Amino acid sequence: MKVEGTVLLVIGVFMGAVCAIYWFLSNETSGTMMLLGATLLGFVPGAYYLWWSRRMKPRPEDNPSASRADGAGVVAAFPSTSVWPFVLGVGAALVGLALVFGLWTAPIGFVLGFAALLGVIRESRRGGAV
Amino acid sequence: MPRRNLLPSAPTPTKRRSRRVASLGALALLVLVLGGCNVDFGATKGVTTQSHLEFRLWFWLMVAGIAVAVFVWALIFWAIFRYRKKDDKIPKQFHEHIGLEVAYTVIPLIMVLVIFGFTFVVENNIDNVLTPPQVIVNVTAYQWGWIFQYSKPGPDPHVNCTLAPKDCVTVETAPNAAPSALAQPYTSPIYPQLVLPVNETVRFFLRSRDVVHGFYVHAFNFSRYAQPPLTNAFEIHPTSTGVFPGQCTQYCGLYHSEMLFSVKVETPSQFQAWFSGQEKKLQTQASLQSLVSRS
Amino acid sequence: MTIAARPALAPSPDLLEEEHGPTGMLKWLTSTDHKVIGKSYTITSLVFFCMAGLMAMVMRTQLTSPDNTLVSQHLYNELFTMHGSLMLYLFAGPFAFGGLANFIVPLQVGAPDMAFPRLNALSYWLYLGGGMIMVSGFLTVGGAADFGWVAYAPLSSATNTPGAGPDMWIVALLLTGFSAIFTGVNIVATVFYLRAPGLTMFRLPIFTWNMLVTAILILIAFPVLASAMIMLWCDRHLGTHIFTVSGGGSPVLWQNLFWFFGHPEVYILALPFFGIVTDVLATFSRKPVFGYKGMVFATISIAALSTSVWAHHMYTTGTELLPFFSLMTYMIAVPTGVKFFNWIGTMWRGSLTFETPMLYAVGFLVVFLFGGVTGILLASPPIDFAVHDTYFVVAHFHEVLFGSAVFGGFAGLYFWYPKFTGRMTREGLGKASFWVMFVGFWVTFVPQYILGLHGMPRRIAEYGAATGWQSLNQVSTAGAYLLFASVAITLINFWVSWRRPVPAGDNPWDAHTLEWATSSPPPHHNFYWIPPIRSERPVWDYNHPEHATPNGHAVPSPVPAAVGSLAAPGSSDGGAGGSGHVGGGTAQ
Ligand code: HEM
Ligand SMILES: [Cu+2]
Repeated sequence: MKVEGTVLLVIGVFMGAVCAIYWFLSNETSGTMMLLGATLLGFVPGAYYLWWSRRMKPRPEDNPSASRADGAGVVAAFPSTSVWPFVLGVGAALVGLALVFGLWTAPIGFVLGFAALLGVIRESRRGGAV
Repeated sequence: MPRRNLLPSAPTPTKRRSRRVASLGALALLVLVLGGCNVDFGATKGVTTQSHLEFRLWFWLMVAGIAVAVFVWALIFWAIFRYRKKDDKIPKQFHEHIGLEVAYTVIPLIMVLVIFGFTFVVENNIDNVLTPPQVIVNVTAYQWGWIFQYSKPGPDPHVNCTLAPKDCVTVETAPNAAPSALAQPYTSPIYPQLVLPVNETVRFFLRSRDVVHGFYVHAFNFSRYAQPPLTNAFEIHPTSTGVFPGQCTQYCGLYHSEMLFSVKVETPSQFQAWFSGQEKKLQTQASLQSLVSRS
Repeated sequence: MTIAARPALAPSPDLLEEEHGPTGMLKWLTSTDHKVIGKSYTITSLVFFCMAGLMAMVMRTQLTSPDNTLVSQHLYNELFTMHGSLMLYLFAGPFAFGGLANFIVPLQVGAPDMAFPRLNALSYWLYLGGGMIMVSGFLTVGGAADFGWVAYAPLSSATNTPGAGPDMWIVALLLTGFSAIFTGVNIVATVFYLRAPGLTMFRLPIFTWNMLVTAILILIAFPVLASAMIMLWCDRHLGTHIFTVSGGGSPVLWQNLFWFFGHPEVYILALPFFGIVTDVLATFSRKPVFGYKGMVFATISIAALSTSVWAHHMYTTGTELLPFFSLMTYMIAVPTGVKFFNWIGTMWRGSLTFETPMLYAVGFLVVFLFGGVTGILLASPPIDFAVHDTYFVVAHFHEVLFGSAVFGGFAGLYFWYPKFTGRMTREGLGKASFWVMFVGFWVTFVPQYILGLHGMPRRIAEYGAATGWQSLNQVSTAGAYLLFASVAITLINFWVSWRRPVPAGDNPWDAHTLEWATSSPPPHHNFYWIPPIRSERPVWDYNHPEHATPNGHAVPSPVPAAVGSLAAPGSSDGGAGGSGHVGGGTAQ
């Protein structure tokens, strides 16, 4: 986890420096705000990962001499098939179309989205052992 | 630990020196030939002081760019032809060479910093708007045409037309005719003409009435956005006379392809004559109008 | 839900469970398998590529003669807008991070699937929906969007470009934007959390590294695009004045927002292909990547720098801090140069063979270099003033975009096609498609450089006969037809391989990375078995223990124990070297 955190942190530090220089040279707000966003995007998860990397159990994928047996076993539970992403996608497209052609497709879209939400939750419950 | 040698064969020092001398000589010769034959790499020198500066930068960056490209291409092609598979032997699995890697990071870094230095100087010269202007042209871009409005100091030649436009004489060109279905030659009367005196500095103020347009004159090697709601200022110093095409380069809607104009650079006396003519036209128009409104 | 487990040493029978899911149409609709989604993405994006290519053919045909009226000005404006939008938003990006990355990244890190399979499926449906909405703009009364792929304000306002087509374009970008963000999150999580044991970050294949960095870049850039689209929509429909002059808004703000997204975007469209080319060059040179760490650092620096150069698209607005952006742009040339030398170093003293993927990869090197050099010219504000918005720029960005997305992309497509389908493509057709494309490429784009230098503006539907631009335009169009032919040959190639399959075997190229350790196509949840991972080339090390990848500065000892010596004492890894050969050769 250390390398992951460091990569993000390095990006954050670089963006922070650029942000400061840019603001100092141009006094332009929109660019500065976006650079600030990029800085945070590096810093926040980067710092979190570094903090976490000290606390977590060492992982076999961070250990250059880990053997395959170290990582064997259950990785995670993965959903095999699910229709809900498709339903949600259709719903989102309908809500999007509502932005173009007037609001009547939006309710259908929201209903589909809500159904997808319920569906996914039920699916995860049933799946259990994660 | 044996160091892997990446070069196919290490030449002896003397051989290496003579090679280096030869390649330097070849480079110098190439530059001389290019310069002597007026090689322009497809670009134009243009007809203004600014365009000449730009062209010189272009020329040298092209020389540098071609040198780099040829060098890297040569390496690529060498690798392709020299290291084709010949037998089933698996090649040595070397994968790094710190010295070499540092070298090809640092050398390009120095190169781009030098290029940036040149660029910086030329850019400051081109963007410079400090000389007191002799003629002021207000350019207004709109969908889909141009209006050129001139200000020249009136009786008092020391008036600054930017600060005191009232004390200046202004004349205006007719706007573009409504877009036709097809683009005409740029000299066609349906497009407005920008008239400029040669060897005088002209200050431009560029505005847009609606969307973003691009004021572009090929012979000036220069373009600038008419960026609403801003006023962009720049200076042009024409150095030779002639008629040149101009066109909108920033896409601005349906008839963008027809937003043409022409630029005519004249001698100062011709320019003066043209200017007075415009003034007279303006006066007769004004008196006609006042006649009309009185009756 | 199925529980995915990772195999230990020998293929474990309990992992051999087959999927008993739906088949056919229903499978396509409900699958959350990254391989199915990756294939859907690849095919969909290629369909959009072909549509955009056909639009390009119409535009090129229009430009063969002055004052041509093959298409109206209005239609031409729609065509270049949709061509650019389809190529960038619906082809190049989704092809890279939705298609190839989706399929390959989990395999390269030894994972059973993406970290969030359902989110992954959602990404695809958002992308498909968005893409269909964008294209169907052509069916509306006013036609599709016609404000260019950059939609500059205030041209994109409701008064200047009214109608449903532009709104559909905006909505499409919102949908595909979110799709990209979700894919980005998924890739980051997959690479951070689902790697196989021993696969440390600095052993990831370069393709995966580049996809990781691309994903981070997506997370920086796409939220800005999405918010810009929402603002634009508000301007058009809710009467806000964020980008319109009349209400005190700022059109330049649009350009700032757009290019803050747009410039990282063009690197989002380049980095994945750099990754493909790196892996392909290493495979067909039979050598490890030269300067692996330098390559990774170069990728990260390119990404970081690419977020601070956006205004080099705005030099001529007269509002920008030219030296700052110019310097930053020049700096990008350095890591890009490093990559070039690393690629050459990878080939150096190798044993090169030129199968189709390798041809495309080398073609990428040759053409991208030229595009890069003209990029250096454009980074200089004075030169940009002279050629901005002319065909010089059109030629430049096609050289880099076509170079990466098509040459690099096809290298990847031909390289992984056997893994996708379990079949080989035909070498003859593949090589023919490459050579036609290589020639067509230069014939199309070199005349455009010259046209730009002669003053031909971009995005014009017609030009007068007196301009003298006709003959170069004709040459360029002839080249474009060659490009069309080349893509057609590739499609024929895929068709032939589909009709008359030649089985590929697991590892037809003797390639290096984990995706080649499993079958082609891989089983549900990907791996029954993985080789020990002691370098960034586990499959190669396993197949060629006497030529295993050197680690660090140490010279590899010629005995297979080199692998084992690094393993934890007592582990059963390492000794495996030499016991077998993964995949190997084209099974007949
Ligand atoms: C198949 C070969 C291709 C041909 C013949 C071609 C041709 C063209 C033409 C004629 C234009 C309009 C130029 C103008 O009027 O200003 C254009 C614009 C554009 N093309 Fe292509 N193109 C090709 C491939 C690509 C690819 C692969 C990409 C990107 C991955 C791409 C991205 C663009 C973009 C971004 C624009 C600008 C659109 C705009 O101005 O808004 N093109 N192309
Ligand atoms: Cu215009």
